[in-house]
Amino acid sequence: MSAATGTAPGPAAPAAELEDVARHYPGGVRALDGVSVRIEAGELVGIVGPSGSGKSTLLNLLGTLDTPTAGAIRIGGHDVGALGDDARSALRATGIGFVFQQFHLAANITALDNVADGLLYTGLPMRRRREKAAAALRRVGMADRAGHRPHELSGGQQQRTAIARAVAGDPALILADEPTGALDTATGEVVIGLLRELNAEGAAVVVITHDREVAAGLPRRIQVRDGRIAADERTDGARSAAVGGVRP
Amino acid sequence: MGGRRRGAPRAPVPARLSPVDLLRTGASGLRARPLRVVLSALGIAIGIAAMVAVVGISASSRAELDARIDRLGTNLLTATPGDSMFTGETAKLPKGAAAHGERVGGVRRISEVAQLDDASVYRSDRIPKGESGGITTYAADLGLLDTLEVEMAQGAWLNEATSRYPAVVLGAKAAAQLGITEAGPGTLVLIGAEYYSVVGVLDPVELAPELDRAALVGWGVAGDRLGMDGHPTTVYARADPERVDEVRELLGRTLDPENPNEITMSRPSDALQAKEAVDAAFTGLLLGLGGVALLVGGVGVANTMVISVLERRGEIGLRRALGATRGQIRGQFLVEAMVLSALGGVAGAVLGGLVTACYALWQGWLVDVPLWALAGGAAVPVLIGAVAGLLPAMRAARTPPTQALGAG
Repeated sequence: MSAATGTAPGPAAPAAELEDVARHYPGGVRALDGVSVRIEAGELVGIVGPSGSGKSTLLNLLGTLDTPTAGAIRIGGHDVGALGDDARSALRATGIGFVFQQFHLAANITALDNVADGLLYTGLPMRRRREKAAAALRRVGMADRAGHRPHELSGGQQQRTAIARAVAGDPALILADEPTGALDTATGEVVIGLLRELNAEGAAVVVITHDREVAAGLPRRIQVRDGRIAADERTDGARSAAVGGVRP
Repeated sequence: MGGRRRGAPRAPVPARLSPVDLLRTGASGLRARPLRVVLSALGIAIGIAAMVAVVGISASSRAELDARIDRLGTNLLTATPGDSMFTGETAKLPKGAAAHGERVGGVRRISEVAQLDDASVYRSDRIPKGESGGITTYAADLGLLDTLEVEMAQGAWLNEATSRYPAVVLGAKAAAQLGITEAGPGTLVLIGAEYYSVVGVLDPVELAPELDRAALVGWGVAGDRLGMDGHPTTVYARADPERVDEVRELLGRTLDPENPNEITMSRPSDALQAKEAVDAAFTGLLLGLGGVALLVGGVGVANTMVISVLERRGEIGLRRALGATRGQIRGQFLVEAMVLSALGGVAGAVLGGLVTACYALWQGWLVDVPLWALAGGAAVPVLIGAVAGLLPAMRAARTPPTQALGAG
């Protein structure tokens, strides 16, 4: 078992690395500007900020769903800017797992098939996909619900299914976009606990949230405001540098 | 991923989707919306059903016609006097024409009839003179039944004895018109001034339909009592099937050697074959209409796919996040459109086949649905689906994943 939190072993490439990244949209909107951040392999990080702060843009960039206007992004050692659309897709298929606020489960198929379909683009044959999906559902404690369709599951169970889909392929980086946003507090805690467990098993987990309570429970918190990193703090106090503390 | 090597690792290469996975993915969008699938496949199904039914019904009709021509034979020739080149009057054939014709090589059987103009047929003398009902009286020789290869519906054909006495055989329609239900010596009709016994009724004569409205009396009695001059008006000949054209050529000259140009030779089975050609032209027109229905069906599929792509931006975004390439998204929607119209095609082919079978059986025909029509009916829509789905699929592939997820 690798280190749960803190710095990763030296030689391992960081899970994600952003260097002076900017993302501008046509019309002069600067969603992100001059963002540099390094997320180590196996780290658990919260990205916090009010809506419109640019944290969703940051998540899209980390997930290679979007490309920066300026700056460099490396995911698992790959320079994303140098990759074509197909290569970025392949990187997502094997290296990145997504968890969404709205779960995004297909309504007419079972939890097991939803998880197995998450591996569709990895090139694994159907049988292996289903085996891995069953294992992932066991990991999130949903083995007994594998045959249920999403509408037969509670919100928390649906999100656990979605998490199982994200982790089924053992990605090095899991991105969770407001994973508790559609859940009540108690269920939200269960989901965050689950993400912690998965992080302890080795994956770097990035949780995007506007919920300060959720963020407070995470070992590292990156605060985003107005497209810049306003603070990057660690609970263990090893390095709590206020990057954007002084604003012009 | 967690490579220990320095420098950038090689760019990841997307995995290929197996054909089964591609098909499954394409079908997944359809399974979620069965009603829409039925409605948008319906257009294609109707188009294909129409075309298969048109082809099937016309093939069945042709098969039936072929069988009929086979049964009736194509070797019956009919000779009638044409308009005289000089006088413009209707010419008559020379006396004993059939006897001359018998000597032509290749003629198997030959018979003659003479139309009697002043011998109207009535059920009784109480019927007004004007209401003769379009029944024509002919004098017929005894071999006519064999030459035409027609059966008696009732009673018996004329024989040596009855042909000299007031006895008559009626055509099928003539009998129906006169209300004759039973042939026999006691059943009488009025021909000219005398009552004749109806000794028999013919089956319909398909190759000589003019005889269906005929009253046929013997050659002898016609000469004795109805003023027949002995000139035949029509000669029927059965030729050796191999030598029909040759006989047709020779017979005209033989029947009337002095005025060979005045004879009109015809082959009644030609009319049936001409009907086939007319059917084929009509079939082409109906097929065109089916094609229009199919085109409309294709537009329906394209429309459904455009809406589907708009509605499923969330799904597209999710699939992109899960690692689908643009090409794989494009492939999914293309396959979905193809599966959608293929379903319509199969349903249409089955429906068209059933319609053909029902119609043919109802008409008492042979059922003949060409295999190529069924196969084409199932296969062509796949092509239509590919064309209809191309634009929506390209649109789906172009949807940026971030925007798609935001919309979901």
